[in-house]
Amino acid sequence: MSSISHILPSWVLTHGPALLVVLPLLMAVLVALLPSKNTGAEKIAWMAVLSTAIICAFIAFGILGQVVSHGPVKYAMGGWEPPIGIGYYIDALSAPILLLITLIAVLCTLYALPSVVAEIEPKKRSPFYAAFLVSFAGLLGMVATGDAFNVFVFLEVSSLSTYVLVAMGASRDRRALTSAYKYLMMGSIGATFFVIGIGFLYMQTGTLNMMDIARILQDVGPDSRVVKLAFVFIVVGLGLKLAMFPLHTWLPGAYAYAPSFVTAFLAATATKAALYLLLRFGFTVFDPSWTFISKFFMYLLAGAGILGMLIASLQAIFQNDIRRVLAFSSVAQVGYMLLGIGMTTTLGLTAGYLHMLNHAMMKGALFLAVGAFWYRFGITQVSDMRGLGKTMPLTMAGFTIAGLSLIGVPGTAGFVSKLALVRAAAENGWWWAVGVIVVTSILAIIYIGRLIEQAYFQPAPKQGAATVAKNEAPMIMLIPLWILALSALVFGIDAEWTTGLAEAAAHVLEGGPILNTPPLSGGH
Amino acid sequence: MNPHVILRVVAKMLIPLIALFAFYVQFHGDFGPGGGFQAGVIFASSIILYALIFGMAAAKKAMPPSWVRIGMSLGVLLYGGTGVATWLLGGNFLDYTRFAPESTHAAGQHWGIFSVELGVLCTVACAMLAIFYAFGSRVQDLSDEDW
Repeated sequence: MSSISHILPSWVLTHGPALLVVLPLLMAVLVALLPSKNTGAEKIAWMAVLSTAIICAFIAFGILGQVVSHGPVKYAMGGWEPPIGIGYYIDALSAPILLLITLIAVLCTLYALPSVVAEIEPKKRSPFYAAFLVSFAGLLGMVATGDAFNVFVFLEVSSLSTYVLVAMGASRDRRALTSAYKYLMMGSIGATFFVIGIGFLYMQTGTLNMMDIARILQDVGPDSRVVKLAFVFIVVGLGLKLAMFPLHTWLPGAYAYAPSFVTAFLAATATKAALYLLLRFGFTVFDPSWTFISKFFMYLLAGAGILGMLIASLQAIFQNDIRRVLAFSSVAQVGYMLLGIGMTTTLGLTAGYLHMLNHAMMKGALFLAVGAFWYRFGITQVSDMRGLGKTMPLTMAGFTIAGLSLIGVPGTAGFVSKLALVRAAAENGWWWAVGVIVVTSILAIIYIGRLIEQAYFQPAPKQGAATVAKNEAPMIMLIPLWILALSALVFGIDAEWTTGLAEAAAHVLEGGPILNTPPLSGGH
Repeated sequence: MNPHVILRVVAKMLIPLIALFAFYVQFHGDFGPGGGFQAGVIFASSIILYALIFGMAAAKKAMPPSWVRIGMSLGVLLYGGTGVATWLLGGNFLDYTRFAPESTHAAGQHWGIFSVELGVLCTVACAMLAIFYAFGSRVQDLSDEDW
């Protein structure tokens, strides 16, 4: 990994945090300027998106390498040192998320070329790619920044473009429009709550820089009602964005009717970035040792996690639309992460963070496979999956590997993180939580098993006299799917790297509020 | 005889003044209240007034939707391009002092903020118009008999 840090010019590494955000944002503008009538334009747009995502992935790798070897990376926007200016701050908590977002973006973009042609009207394709780049930039921005208000700005940048992306599914299924509208409403409420919370923090501390807020909050102490209000507003706002159990109602519709490429990208990144923000604010801005915060984590966060795991898993069993099954499963998986975070122990935080990384891989692979089913056969319903094991063997095999990982079969990434979660719960003495994890894993066997059973044990449908012929997804869709599915296997067998990242992140969280104002940095 | 002759004459007098005021707010933004966002909204309102009085078709002829789309993007490019320029000059992103490092009265900051605000003007004005065109184009203009 450090070898990647070496091949990047030092200028790119110094300015990496800003470059990660600026590059996709400016490319989005250029892509939006492409003429929409010309059919060649969409190919150019696609190449622009792909190259941007690849460059960003390299930068994210480089930053991660720097963070691992030299500690947090800081950047002062405009040369104004924080807390006066906007400071970017990337540490072991955020660097893996940046890498995750950029890598998933690269894989999803590869996949997008045929999938966008099939799903989006020709004249909307370049703007679609532009909206994707804006969303990508917003996600990277909200993870990279160290300024609380800047977080809100990027949260909105990524959300607004995501509503557009979801609504673009309308040319495939008109229900995308109502889903996007619902997502818009819920997302805006979430953003409003979040910014009200930031406002309260600003009222109490008079600053927007996260470290400065954390430092002043230490002097203010836990008894300030304004601080409590700020915490509640921020958590509810982020809870909406990350689909915490009772606030998740926007998610199934948005995932089910968005274009396949968007669903895969969102499922793997958007909720993760919001969860990262919850960790960032809950542990490193507020002080998790304060009673109202530790009680909140233990009762509400873990409680919502447990409820989400049980109820959303049950709901997933009774869905007929494949993507809705996976969407409800996503809500349940967010529950696992919240349960781990709610324990607030080293093991629990590590397990929650690890599950976040692993879930991104397997859910990404699953949604990519479902998109390929639709691309070849127009399949959206569970009952239509009959015989897919024979008609699309490679795609279905990738789906199966990721599905097994989602269940938590030994040898897969899902097993590693679920086992870590079980160990953490046992260490805490939360035996009931261990029970819930086992029960929800059984529920996962049912809802994933249903899909796999249809595909492998039911005969392929007849078309006239003959059965439907084998029709594998194109190579460019299979490659990203298989990379994700194989990574779910590889990180199941050798989880050292991912576990190391999760442990480093947990170490940051355990350290409590990050108080030091960053020293001079950047190109001075 | 046009029934809206008074409206039209008054609007014709006002529209250039509104546009001029937009630029006053823009260029005065460094020294007093104002700036790119307000200027952009004021400028867009002059064209929206034109559309209300003379009809959507005339407004679209004066400010074609394709320009609006390009203008929205150009503003962002101008803003981001300023940052890229400071990068090329060896500073941090949007570090305006690099434009005139030897200046004793922060001339670099002045130029930087001016160029960024110009980008904001461009994008805000065009975004306002884009929203207005998008909603305004959904209904037919009233004919004179319907008034």
